[in-house]
Amino acid sequence: MTIDNKRRLLLRGTLGAGALAGAGLLVPSSVLAAWSKEAFAAKTTDAAMNALLGGKASASNAVSIKAPDIAENGAVVPITVTTTASNIESISIFIANNPSPLAANFVLGAGATGYAATRVKMGKTSDVIAVVNAGGTLQSASKEVKVTIGGCGG
Amino acid sequence: MASIKIRARTKGDETTVKALITHVMETGLRKGKDGKKIPAHHITEVTCEHAGQVVMTAQWGPAVSKNPYLAFKFKGAKSGDMVKLSWVDNKGKSDSIEAKVK
Repeated sequence: MTIDNKRRLLLRGTLGAGALAGAGLLVPSSVLAAWSKEAFAAKTTDAAMNALLGGKASASNAVSIKAPDIAENGAVVPITVTTTASNIESISIFIANNPSPLAANFVLGAGATGYAATRVKMGKTSDVIAVVNAGGTLQSASKEVKVTIGGCGG
Repeated sequence: MASIKIRARTKGDETTVKALITHVMETGLRKGKDGKKIPAHHITEVTCEHAGQVVMTAQWGPAVSKNPYLAFKFKGAKSGDMVKLSWVDNKGKSDSIEAKVK
């Protein structure tokens, strides 16, 4: 096999296995994973999840989302994700009905515990999906947030 | 003026870091008064370091609210340690701050 072929293979493997696993292949620490343009530009939750984490997550009780049931102002929706899973590599937040569902991805280093909070914009009523990557398995939780005034445009 | 406000507090063996960053977080989807789209301008990465180790990197899309807030927890810091938080946006601007863990 030529060097160029190998490189193709490595590239393909990196994309297929997801940005995090790919970075893990090259550099021991997943903290160094680069900002994934592909994942942030994806138009559907599944595509974004695939680009970022390389797979689909399954619902789990180990993940919980704290978010308002009704957000009066979609421009500022506080979201807190907590998890009891161990070996947490990342916590990602997806807003299913946003133009680009992936809102934030928290890559946790050694010592970080299963907690991440931020505030996001929501265009309209949508499911908020939190995905925790714990030792390679993807666990998720979702919660519907009703938005009365959108956060995009106004 | 510094663009970051940060508070780090240790309780037991866990340190909670909370930060507020001043940033427009323009999505690139909004239209201005002239009907043209306002170009996207948002933070892409926030990194927090403690004792030379990266404890958290947040990768953000434009869906994070204007003047973003973030909070996370980690173990291994004690009162008096320094934590460093820095951000970079999609136009290459950046800022950082160091704070003492309480």
